Amino acid sequence: MSILVDKNTRVICQGFTGAQGTFHSEQAIAYGTQMVGGVTPGKGGQVHLDLPVFNTVTEAFAETAADASVIYVPAPYCKDSILEAVDAGIKLIVCITEGIPTLDMLVAKEKCDQAGVRLIGPNCPGVITPGECKIGIMPGHIHLPGKVGIISRSGTLTYEAVKQTTDGGFGQSSCVGIGGDPIPGSNFIDILGLFEEDGQTEAIVMIGEIGGTAEEEAAAFIKANVSKPVVAYIAGVTAPAGKRMGHAGAIISGGKGTAEEKFSALQDAGVKTVRSLADIGSGLSEITGW
Amino acid sequence: MNLHEYQAKQLFADYNLPVSKGIAVDSPVAAAAATSEIGGDKWVVKVQVHAGGRGKAGGVKLVDSAAAAEEFASQWLGKKLVTYQTDAGGQPVHKILVEACTDIAQELYLGAVVDRASRRVVFMASVEGGVEIEKVAQETPEKILKTTIDPLTGAQAYQGRELAFRLGLSGVQVKQFTQLFLGLARLFHDLDLALLEINPLVITDTGDLHCLDGKINIDGNAMYRQPGLQEMHDPSQEDEREARAAKWDLNYVALDGNIGCMVNGAGLAMGTMDIVQLFGGSPANFLDVGGGATKERVSEAFKIILSDENVSAVLVNIFGGIVRCDLIAEGVVGAVQEIGVAVPVIVRLEGNNAELGREVLQKSGVNIIAASSLADAAEKVVSAAGGAQ
Repeated sequence: MSILVDKNTRVICQGFTGAQGTFHSEQAIAYGTQMVGGVTPGKGGQVHLDLPVFNTVTEAFAETAADASVIYVPAPYCKDSILEAVDAGIKLIVCITEGIPTLDMLVAKEKCDQAGVRLIGPNCPGVITPGECKIGIMPGHIHLPGKVGIISRSGTLTYEAVKQTTDGGFGQSSCVGIGGDPIPGSNFIDILGLFEEDGQTEAIVMIGEIGGTAEEEAAAFIKANVSKPVVAYIAGVTAPAGKRMGHAGAIISGGKGTAEEKFSALQDAGVKTVRSLADIGSGLSEITGW
Repeated sequence: MNLHEYQAKQLFADYNLPVSKGIAVDSPVAAAAATSEIGGDKWVVKVQVHAGGRGKAGGVKLVDSAAAAEEFASQWLGKKLVTYQTDAGGQPVHKILVEACTDIAQELYLGAVVDRASRRVVFMASVEGGVEIEKVAQETPEKILKTTIDPLTGAQAYQGRELAFRLGLSGVQVKQFTQLFLGLARLFHDLDLALLEINPLVITDTGDLHCLDGKINIDGNAMYRQPGLQEMHDPSQEDEREARAAKWDLNYVALDGNIGCMVNGAGLAMGTMDIVQLFGGSPANFLDVGGGATKERVSEAFKIILSDENVSAVLVNIFGGIVRCDLIAEGVVGAVQEIGVAVPVIVRLEGNNAELGREVLQKSGVNIIAASSLADAAEKVVSAAGGAQ
């Protein structure tokens, strides 16, 4: 078991023939992901990376029976791409693109919710179930099939956590980058619930950062619903208020969204918090006895 | 991106919202001339900076002559205003807004923001206007009235009426408030705002609603489709190094420590700052070179870090996912050779082509200290910068 994706997941790519879509689809195929086609309007009928190209997602869905779509189109067109995938009937959308206007995301997220579609991202590395399916831009080789579920708002911090769980020999069940935007398609609690139910996942690593209240909501959710051990790290203790720290969502505004508030909410929920990014692996060993 | 008050009020006027007659000037003579052009016998003069707390800092004044307006302008133009929201250096004043004076009967608050928890634009209104709204929210949250906008249908008139009645407005004010609410909702949507505030929204002595102040923040991700707003950008209100970094698509935030940080990824950049502090050091900056880092951008990033004279050591921390470590290493070496670096540089490379990157550093002959892990890197850079504080 794993969450969201596995070796049977059939994936199409929106923005397939572009530079990003091409590069990362090649990597995904090399990793063993079941890529079944792609969409680039106007290039329907062509073959790219030995896979069929379609003009529309509806066509691609009808021809390939895809379970998931990964989106690499530029930010100005992402709202359109997400809505197209929703309308076509895709049930899992992973949007990698960074820089989508927030008001676009309010509409896209609302439509996904209404249609019962799970959206991961945007502004995220994607989702991987090691050894089975890689949807996104994460480096596949640092992963190891195993028992830790990882959820993170940051790409590079996910890689740090992956490396430490690989070095420790624990491996990962699945890793989900929920992205650094203020309006993510999925939040910590959506993914925490999946890891709690997943038989392969024995412990969970959660990586948050300053801004918003998603970590506080996660803390309340963990207290009520999660029985598995959880290690959490929050980035941005030293971040000044009012400044956007790279990610659009990483900003302390009106005194709210500080790392300290989040650490303390998670501690209250019984989560093992680590203050140093380098201590994620050792924190896991400590609470699991591994 | 933030706007000045005078720019926000221009936009309000474009949407037929009630604002005072006002002119933004950049010279004392123009300030005097503005008073006669506006007419009347009392005016408010306000310095235009990207910070709140201007009134308490002496940046807002009621004047009753052209000479007094001129004097205020010559006192402030070219100077810096320090408020509780600025740093110790303050914000430079390049424009003064001269406005007709409004007689106030009551002060209200009206604002809108993208609320992350509900994933909606939320409007907030309060009878507690003219004061710090954060304090009201904390001490008497029941005094902040809210309504949320459905992203698919947009704001509806009934929502405005409901807020108006709950604020205790009556008669023509209810209609005025509803129009104001709908106009602001349209403006928020059309111009991709992240935050909008009118504090205070006043009821004048003749019973009319009037926007006395205006604060607008625009979603940076949407600037590409807001050409009119791009022209309103005032780089003088930003940190010089931050503005320079933005030109190179680098995310840089200046801090007041002495350890320069160059990192790929926003999360890792924050995590690196935190671990530096955990080892007793003090970060000089946040810097994310991004996933698409090129040799030139890395080199530019390095120069920006070193242009901060407080920097006494630099930590380069790269986890190569897409970005290739050897490319980063070439950029670092290039920058060090080009500008000459007098401070110690500690480099930790991990991930994509990390081995190759380390080779590039070694072969370059440049004095760079290699770190074997994140903790090792943090420890080394803190000690190189003079030890824990």
